[in-house]
Formats: sequence, C-alpha cells, structure tokens
Amino acid sequence: MDRKIRVLIGKPGLDGHDRGAKYIARALRDAGMEVVYTGIRQTPEAIADAAIQEDVDFVGISLLSGAHNHLFPEVARLLKEKDASDIILFGGGVIPEEDIPGLEEAGYAAIFTPGTPAAQVVDFINLQMENRQ
Amino acid sequence: MTSTTDIIQKIGSGSIRAIARALSKVENGSSDSTEILDKLFSRQQGFTIGITGPPGAGKSTLVDRMITRYRSSANSVGVIAVDPSSPFTGGALLGDRIRMQSHATDSKVFIRSMGSRGHLGGLSGATRDATCVLSAAGYNPVIIETVGVGQAEVEIADLADITLLVLVPGLGDDVQSMKAGIMEIGDIIVLNKADRNGIEQLESYVKASLEYLPAESRKPDVVRISAANGDGLQDLWDSIDKLMASKTEENRITRSAVRTLNEILQENGVLFSEKLLDLEYGGRENAEKLMLTRQISPYAVGRNLLERAERMFKHNGSK
Repeated sequence: MDRKIRVLIGKPGLDGHDRGAKYIARALRDAGMEVVYTGIRQTPEAIADAAIQEDVDFVGISLLSGAHNHLFPEVARLLKEKDASDIILFGGGVIPEEDIPGLEEAGYAAIFTPGTPAAQVVDFINLQMENRQ
Repeated sequence: MTSTTDIIQKIGSGSIRAIARALSKVENGSSDSTEILDKLFSRQQGFTIGITGPPGAGKSTLVDRMITRYRSSANSVGVIAVDPSSPFTGGALLGDRIRMQSHATDSKVFIRSMGSRGHLGGLSGATRDATCVLSAAGYNPVIIETVGVGQAEVEIADLADITLLVLVPGLGDDVQSMKAGIMEIGDIIVLNKADRNGIEQLESYVKASLEYLPAESRKPDVVRISAANGDGLQDLWDSIDKLMASKTEENRITRSAVRTLNEILQENGVLFSEKLLDLEYGGRENAEKLMLTRQISPYAVGRNLLERAERMFKHNGSK
C-alpha cells in the first residue's frame, strides 16, 4: 500500500497575498505529501467541495484580509454539513492572538501566525496522522 | 461503515464522498480495491478523452473549456489531472485545479488531482482504475490530463478513447515534429496559443510531418485554438464529435477490457515473481546478497525463477 498524506491548501476571501500559502504548499511537498493547491479567491464552498473530491486528510487555509472570523468557521461548517468533519483543519495568516481560541472552537486544530517555521506545520501534520491511526 | 457493498451502493446513488473514497482506495492499492473495480468495471458507459502535451501548453485551460462545453449539454463531467511526484521525497504539488476554478462548486463536475507516484509514461499507476471509478459513477466524459510530457510519454493513448495532443509555438524546429513517440499518438493535434508568433510555422511543421504517415493510417485533424480566449474551440468540438461518432461502443469496451487486462497481467507478473523469489531464494534480499558478492547475475536469477515456475506447473499438470 502506497498511502500518501494528502493536504489541500486554499485561500478564501479577497486578498491575493498567496506567498504564505505557496510557501507552506512547497514545504509540505518537500516533506513527501501530496498537496492540492486551489489558488486564490476561493469561496468556502469551493474549498469544502474540493477537499471532499480530493479526499484529503487536511485542509489548510490562509487569509490575510482580516475576514478569518467569518470565512474560517464557514469552511468548518460546510465540511460538517457534507459529512466530512473527519478532515483536519488548520489555518494561517495575519490572525490576532485573541481570535485564535474562537477559531479553535470552530474546529481548527491549529492556527499558524506569521513567522512560523514551515517545519512546525510539517510536524503538526505528522503528529495528527499518528494520533489518528 | 466502509464495506465494499456499502461503497458500491453509495457510488450508485451518487455520493461524492463515496466516489472520492473509492478513488483513494484504488490509488493506494488498498486490499479491497480489486473487489471495488470488479464491481464497477461493467458499469462504465461514457467516453474518455485524454489531453497531453508539454508543460505550459495550456492543457488545464483546455480542460476547463471542455468542462464548460459538456456541462452546457447537461452531462456530468469527470476530470483526472495528473501532476508529477518528486522522485526524491514522493511529494507532489497538484495545481491543475487552479485553472478549473470556474467549476469549483458545480456538483456535476468531479475533479481529482493525482500525483504520478514514480510512474513514468505521463500518468500514474492508478489512472486507469480511477477512470473506471469515475466512468462507472456516471461521469461522461471522463477527461484525463497527463503530466506535462516530453517526447515519449505515450501511455494516455492506450487509456483514452480519444487523445488530444496540445502543442504551442516556440518549442523547436521541424525535426522535433518528425520524431517518433508523442507526435504519433494524437487523434487530434491541437495547436494552442494560436494568437502567438510562430503559429504558422508550427502548423506547417506539424502538417508536413503528417505527410510521412503511411497512406492507410488515419491522419489526425490539426486544429488551431486559443483556449484562453476561446478562438477555434467550435472547430475542436466538431472534430471531437466526428471522431466519437466513428467509434462503436462494442469496439471501445473490448479495447478497454483488453488494455486493462494487459496492465493487470503486468502487475500480477511482479507479484508472482516476488513469490517465486521467496521460494527459490527465501526472499528478494537473499538474491540481492548473492548478486552483491557476484555469485550470481540478475539474468541467472530471472532464468532460475522461470525454471522454478515451469517445474511447478509440470508437477501440477501431472496430478
């Protein structure tokens, strides 16, 4: 069996600052994962639908516009609605410290703020996979 | 519950999650994948269209246009987009969806990205099986986009009912278009980015190389398009429709079954050889040790395995 960890990296909302998303996508690729990158300006619906079709283990979304308190929970809600709450969510971007507990409550296993080394995201994913098995 | 019957039933009722799960199972070669494929194989109905060509030729953009085209006639469309896996880490960046965003929330469009996972030839080892799953789930056509290819990745022609080779200006002279391999497999040769310089030259190179085809073989249509702005697409659709109409269903089904069997036989060959290695040498690593110390050559290993198999068959036959 040739099981690969599959991760979807998406950018909802209207900001086009995709460097962080691409940086993480590349780092996960180099860690041996299959990374589906959907590009910028995705609706939460598009991200949730793509995650299900691609049967990914993780969805990571990145946002720098400040709309995370609306868009992040929306992706979580849609995955739940589509019976896919087993997909593990994480987020990244410019997210104030005080917003993180709310996002965790909404279903995010981790929020990575600017300056996070990519290795930390890789470790997070590997640890979650181990816990799941 | 993820029993095989359960999955098959859910695929039948159009569950996106079940289809996606089945795709993962066949891709990972999980223990129940053969049973799933066995149940699904005869349910396949629609056409498969392969799209191949060099990196950056506009394959994903063309797939996006094709989805729009088939959705306008109410078909549901399946897409399998293969991107290369790293030969070092096994990781892959699968980015074909970016060009297909306009269909992201259309529930009748199923797009699946696959890493090539070490497989050469422009596809992944499980692309044929994944195509079977999508086709059996009712997607028609299933469009298969290869990795960006060079000169010799011709596997797609073996899998798809119709293969489109997408070329763009600026990639070489007339000798490139005379080479064997990729230039021979297009049922339709699509000249994309027709608004760019060099398109005339490309068309004359390609057409000239087709002159050398044997008289009895079918000459592929050569169609100029610009996938990005839509020019020439109607000509391409007409060309595809004409070609589809010329293929009988019986012919397609037999062909697909025979090709699938070929692939299975090859996989079985590897499995049987591993078993024979166990019997003859007590495992592959022992044979490797013998080779390392130059006590035996790989050729002799291969011959010994075949002889072992023959002895076993003879023994069984005499019973």
